[in-house]
Amino acid sequence: MDASLPMTKESSGMKTRTKSYAPPRPALFSKPVWTGLVATVIVLALVPILNVFVPPDSALHVSSYAVALLGKFMCYAIAALALDLVWGYTGILSLGHGMFFALGGYAHGMYLMRAIGREGAYHSDLPDFMVFLDYKAYPWFWSFTEHWWYCMLLVVFVPGILAFVFGYFAFRSRIKGVYFSIITQALTFAAMLLFFRNATGFGGNNGFTDFKRILGFPITAGSTRAVLYLVTLAFLFATLIGARMLVRSKFGRVLTAVRDAESRLMFVGYDQLWFKLFVWTLSAVLCGIAGALYVPQVGIINPGEMSPPNSIEMVIWVATGGRGTLIGPIIGAGVVNGLKTFLTTTFPEVWLYALGLVFVLVTLFLPQGIVGLFRKLMKKKTEDAFIGGPAAAASSSTPPLAPLGDETVAEAAVRDAVGSES
Amino acid sequence: MKSPTPYRWIVRLRCLALCVAWTMFAMPAMAALDADLVKPLGSDDSDQKVAAIAKLGTLATPEAIALLKALRDETVYVTAEGRVLVVDADSNAVDPITDEKLALPDGSDNIVINNRLRGALDAADSGLQLLSPEVAKRRAAAHALEQEADPAQLPLLQRALAKETDAEARESLVLTTSALELKSPDPALRRTAAERLSESSSASVRPLLAALAEPDAQGHYAEPDPQVRSAAAISLRAVNGRVTRAEYLGNAFYGISLASILLLAALGLAITFGLMGIINMAHGELLMIGAYSTYLVQSVFRQFFPAAIEWYLLAAVPVAFIVASLIGMALERSVIRWLYGRPLETLLATWGISLILQQAVRSLFGAQNVEVSNPAWMSGGITIMGGVVVAWNRIMIIGFAALVLLLVWILLNRTRLGLFVRAVTQNRRMADCVGVPTGRVDMLTFGLGSGIAGLGGVALSQLGNVGPDLGQSYIVDSFMVVVLGGVGQLAGTVIAAIGLGEVNKFLEPVAGAVLGKIIILVVIVLFIQKRPQGLFALKGRSVD
Repeated sequence: MDASLPMTKESSGMKTRTKSYAPPRPALFSKPVWTGLVATVIVLALVPILNVFVPPDSALHVSSYAVALLGKFMCYAIAALALDLVWGYTGILSLGHGMFFALGGYAHGMYLMRAIGREGAYHSDLPDFMVFLDYKAYPWFWSFTEHWWYCMLLVVFVPGILAFVFGYFAFRSRIKGVYFSIITQALTFAAMLLFFRNATGFGGNNGFTDFKRILGFPITAGSTRAVLYLVTLAFLFATLIGARMLVRSKFGRVLTAVRDAESRLMFVGYDQLWFKLFVWTLSAVLCGIAGALYVPQVGIINPGEMSPPNSIEMVIWVATGGRGTLIGPIIGAGVVNGLKTFLTTTFPEVWLYALGLVFVLVTLFLPQGIVGLFRKLMKKKTEDAFIGGPAAAASSSTPPLAPLGDETVAEAAVRDAVGSES
Repeated sequence: MKSPTPYRWIVRLRCLALCVAWTMFAMPAMAALDADLVKPLGSDDSDQKVAAIAKLGTLATPEAIALLKALRDETVYVTAEGRVLVVDADSNAVDPITDEKLALPDGSDNIVINNRLRGALDAADSGLQLLSPEVAKRRAAAHALEQEADPAQLPLLQRALAKETDAEARESLVLTTSALELKSPDPALRRTAAERLSESSSASVRPLLAALAEPDAQGHYAEPDPQVRSAAAISLRAVNGRVTRAEYLGNAFYGISLASILLLAALGLAITFGLMGIINMAHGELLMIGAYSTYLVQSVFRQFFPAAIEWYLLAAVPVAFIVASLIGMALERSVIRWLYGRPLETLLATWGISLILQQAVRSLFGAQNVEVSNPAWMSGGITIMGGVVVAWNRIMIIGFAALVLLLVWILLNRTRLGLFVRAVTQNRRMADCVGVPTGRVDMLTFGLGSGIAGLGGVALSQLGNVGPDLGQSYIVDSFMVVVLGGVGQLAGTVIAAIGLGEVNKFLEPVAGAVLGKIIILVVIVLFIQKRPQGLFALKGRSVD
């Protein structure tokens, strides 16, 4: 696969710069980017506040619909960011992230179902679907789910452990490229079938819905929604900063090297397994958390979230925004889902054409996504004018729009890491 | 029994003809009928009439049959004093009890056959069919009685069973008779019935026998007589063994059938993915296009060649191949060509194409499933080992899959195009150097793979629903087949398809359809961890 990727042969030029490499670690973001980020966060944070505290007749009032929609998009953005860590930076294309997303959602949903109490349609201690399916008591895997903290542990550990175990075996036998993608797709397909079964104990077809309250607060109240929104925003921001720190670290360099020249990385003595496994598991956990934040805001989780098309849609968020960048997936999730919301409400029959075209056009004409396009237009050369572009960050002599598979990144990373180890 | 009404009519007409024939033979020797049987026909009470008809039906002597026929023809009269007389064609009245001929007395009333009596006559008729000299009629009657046997018909059934020589009709009669006899109050009769059932191989007798042989939840036996119980237990064991063997055979057949479907769905993919390395996520949609082509050809035949509608499927095969391969080649030239060597991007782009194709079909044909019918020569099936129905369409599709496989093999290994395809697969640059038009070969190969998907679509249209989502349900399965079989190997694909088909069908009864499928997916995922190259890996020394 490596040989087929476009390469920029710069090794000779690089050698002369080797000694002068290892620059003082630059700031996480450049000043303009910081400003932009903080401004965006403040604007986004104002949205629920304008919803709750400004009277509905005021011009500044933001509708609850908009708050819910933006909250949903931010959850998607977290998932996209998680996917980008494995695809954009490590070169592992997962078509099964919808499964981790839904698992996180289901884990949180279990708590929310139990928080309904006896207010369901059947006024039973059991959730409605269990009464309907003639359960006499909670199945064993529902134990402790009445505690919110326990469900939060599930949100982290269920996707995490599943990803770790699956990833361990997959990466150990060096399954990669499309094989890995196809297998993850099969996995989410299998999970979907499993959750569709009534006997699995997660509500079958209908999944979980009709939540009443979270931690004692009514779940539909404006203030609860505002808090959920703000938590999501905070988590998205934290994820962005954390991911930026990760990809800028030496560890991140190795990840990029895995993406660009895995064999070479192994030959110089790295065990790629643990690097891949770490980022894969981290990504699954982030995705699970995104799902957990998503469920109370949307009010429903069902096995449809695990369907293969959903997971591929996540990939296109990343591709549209720009993989291998960190802002890109966030933009992509917003743009594609904004388009989806707009089209499915106004021209429902056009939506699939549009989505299909986005897939085709982005892969053919925008391999670096919107961020790449933007970068091309700006033609800036400074190292860290843009967030996270590995090519841009690594070498100023390559054009900012260096294709994936930029050799110099891998080489620099390897040299860097090897040098520090010996 | 999809349409009872026309079927009944046929039975009735046949019965009529039969009765006419029998009456002719029986007329001269018309012996007397019992007065107890005939008298109630003249009463005013419908219940008595119905009972009398049923009794006449089970009696099934030529005289009784003649009287039933006369009743149906409304040529039976009741005199003022309640005597029942049959009026023949010459307007002579005959007393069926004494065979005495006389003129019809005044004041006689015709016995009117209302719907209730007609129903009773029909029931009696279907019982009488059991004694027909024609095997087909006896079989049909025996099968019909399996559904709706009346205890009053037991004597008739027993007589029919004693005479029956045809295996199929006998099997069915054994079942019905024994089921009735098992309910009889006579322990000896119950025991004979239980013993007789041991020769059955139908799964439906198992609950009957089990009810006798095994205690219920409280430990009580429904059957008081221990001898009957042990006879039932012995029979149950025999039946169980036979049924298990039949099920085994049935599973094996359905496994092969599923394998042929998987093979047709995956064969095209084995070429585009296996040989060319293109991840074509729109492969499922090419299957769907094949199925819709079949639908279109069917519509054209309905419109223009209604006489040849039975054979539309033969025309659909080349049409589906051409349509799917043209669409495939157009895709290759317009999109996929630019993405060679970037498999992940190809995956995304072709996924986009699949969405567009799906929506296009939805816009053109509507979101609902369209109706594609089985031609007569593909519907129905043959029953083997009493209970395993081997459907013709499945047999045809197995044959079709084998044929397509053979053609693909010949094309790849015995033709110039196949040589080029293999050359380009093995060493593109070298092939280019010696003058192989690699670009065109790519296009043709992709067209071939897509065309085969179209052929798969024709087969799928004969088995299930044809709708815009048709392809979606096969995409994961087909990739699993190719990945499991090992990329670049036709033999691997075939063996993987057969293996998956069989494992699936043998798991289904144990684990349920959905859980079985999940287990298989998980097993494949685990298997790939162990052997990333699939079952049949090409030996080589390259690293990536």
